[in-house]
Amino acid sequence: MLKRMAGYIDVIVIGAGHCGLAMSAVLSERGIDHVVLERSEIANTWRTERWDSLRLLTPNWLTRLPGYSYPGDADGYMTSADLCGFLENYAKSLAAPVVAHTAVLRVTHDDDGYRVATSQGEWRCRALVLATGAFNQPDTPRIAQGVPGRIEQLHALNYRNPEQLAPGRVLIVGGSATGVQLAHELQRSGRPVTLAVGEHVRMPRVYRGRDVQWWMLASGLLERRIEEEEDPDRARRVPSPQLTGSPGFTLDLNALREQGVEIVGRLVGIRDGKAQFSGSLRNTCTLADLKLNRLLNTFDEWLEHRGRSLGITARERFAPTAVDETARLGIDLREDVRTVLWATGYRPDYSWLKVPVVNAKGELRHDRGVVAAPGLYVLGLPYLRRRKSSFIHGAEDDARELGAHLMQFLDGSERGRSGSSVAPRSLQSSLPLTPVRRVGT
Amino acid sequence: MTTQTRTAENGVNVTALLGAREALSRAPEAARFKWRASSKWLRGTHSRGTVEGFFGLGGEQIHRSPYQFDLDHPEIFASEDNGATPVEFVLVALAGCLTAGVAAVAQMRNIQLRSVQATLEAPMDIQGILGIDPDVRNGFDRIKVHYEIDADASEEEIAALVAQSQKRSAVFDVVTNPTDVAVTTSKVDRGAPGELEC
Repeated sequence: MLKRMAGYIDVIVIGAGHCGLAMSAVLSERGIDHVVLERSEIANTWRTERWDSLRLLTPNWLTRLPGYSYPGDADGYMTSADLCGFLENYAKSLAAPVVAHTAVLRVTHDDDGYRVATSQGEWRCRALVLATGAFNQPDTPRIAQGVPGRIEQLHALNYRNPEQLAPGRVLIVGGSATGVQLAHELQRSGRPVTLAVGEHVRMPRVYRGRDVQWWMLASGLLERRIEEEEDPDRARRVPSPQLTGSPGFTLDLNALREQGVEIVGRLVGIRDGKAQFSGSLRNTCTLADLKLNRLLNTFDEWLEHRGRSLGITARERFAPTAVDETARLGIDLREDVRTVLWATGYRPDYSWLKVPVVNAKGELRHDRGVVAAPGLYVLGLPYLRRRKSSFIHGAEDDARELGAHLMQFLDGSERGRSGSSVAPRSLQSSLPLTPVRRVGT
Repeated sequence: MTTQTRTAENGVNVTALLGAREALSRAPEAARFKWRASSKWLRGTHSRGTVEGFFGLGGEQIHRSPYQFDLDHPEIFASEDNGATPVEFVLVALAGCLTAGVAAVAQMRNIQLRSVQATLEAPMDIQGILGIDPDVRNGFDRIKVHYEIDADASEEEIAALVAQSQKRSAVFDVVTNPTDVAVTTSKVDRGAPGELEC
């Protein structure tokens, strides 16, 4: 860990998670002077803002960073603690210039670059990389205000373990990875669970004898680029798949239902203490089943095209999601529910970024990580450049490409300082576009 | 690789639809529509609904001609059966909306439709509307919709058409999710009554 006085430096990376460290590795390779500012310790979010039982959705063999991979069991799934150790060791191996316990309070931009005000003084830099992640604050829908005061509420960000919750029914809102994992854990703890599910992504843990992430990687789906998507905004909004980091265990709605979890439609309103669920549950399940089968078809076609079996087992299809004929359309929160647990996702926090690059919805304006201000970059957002961008192993390619762009920017702004007319902003259009390639057709 | 180059012809102008989507994503104000209807009581349970104008794309719009619908109740309700029952209109609206969606999605996916037949059924316990049992709701217990579709597509592709249509359907949303309904009244002013009479 670096003891370094605030001052002037070419590049500042904010956030010492996997993306910030991957970018640091790339910058070091290129000999670019930089620091990584970290509000607390390396991997702070994993250390302090996730539940105890959490495991990565990707197997260890896939959890790798530039020049680094996991030394332990290749087929296991890391816990948060494992990942913290992994990132700490990675930072050590890189001798990454991490400045810890330095919270960024405010970033402004002027002709000389960026001013980064921190809890430990002010830094200045020409280029800035935001590696603070997409999961900084709870994204709780406004209808949460209608939950009666006596009912306890918490967001997944603040959930640690079942003992935190009073005995009694838990209404979990949200059916992506977080929601299904917490439903499984809480139901097992003896607290009956009602799970409100909107559109979701169903995935088996294992398909034809291989982890589904193996198929995603091998078939090229994880490499798919955002510019290949017909509707990039929608592609970026796709929720995390219903997966859990447990070998061979598929945690879909059928598994939860068998476990005794009550599955209901999307939470659409709370009125007079009564939660109302959409009658569209059957269709959201049908959509997920159809999408799952399309995904499996893509895998099968890829395999056929490849023409080798690689010891893969026979083609299989999974039972359609069962929906109760009598699925409840409402629940009286005051009578039947002790806790409402919001598994409704997270939002990034850019409140400290006083540069006009955030739109009215609080989203960063950027083109595949090149933010709409000179020398400003972002990493680690869902589907930033490729489908794998939000995966740990996805950081490398994005960091390399954005690192190359950043290098070009520094060269350009250097020439700009010595009187050349190269405007840094013009570099934004020089981002190399890759040809559109479709997977599986 | 697809070898099929023939373009499906379902009578849906996809280019215009995609153009509108593109234009409206850049001008969200124009996407704010207001749908309107009026209704006039005739006699008994018989009323006549009329639709003509609506608001959209930043201005007042009008149908090619006004459309009128007679609503009544069947004779077993001691009514004259001058038209469909209001709840039947809900079923018709749902089918109309979903079917339009099926055609639009089919066109978008280049699937040629030959026939699209929907049948709907919605059980209802009328002890609710009659006030016999307060535990019985007024509305439908559920709605069942079945689509029989003849098209150049696999069974799964047809299921996906219908699923996507539900996902994007306004009436499906209206019937599956709560909507805030505000009903207000005013008394018709028939001129200053009374004073001359006393």
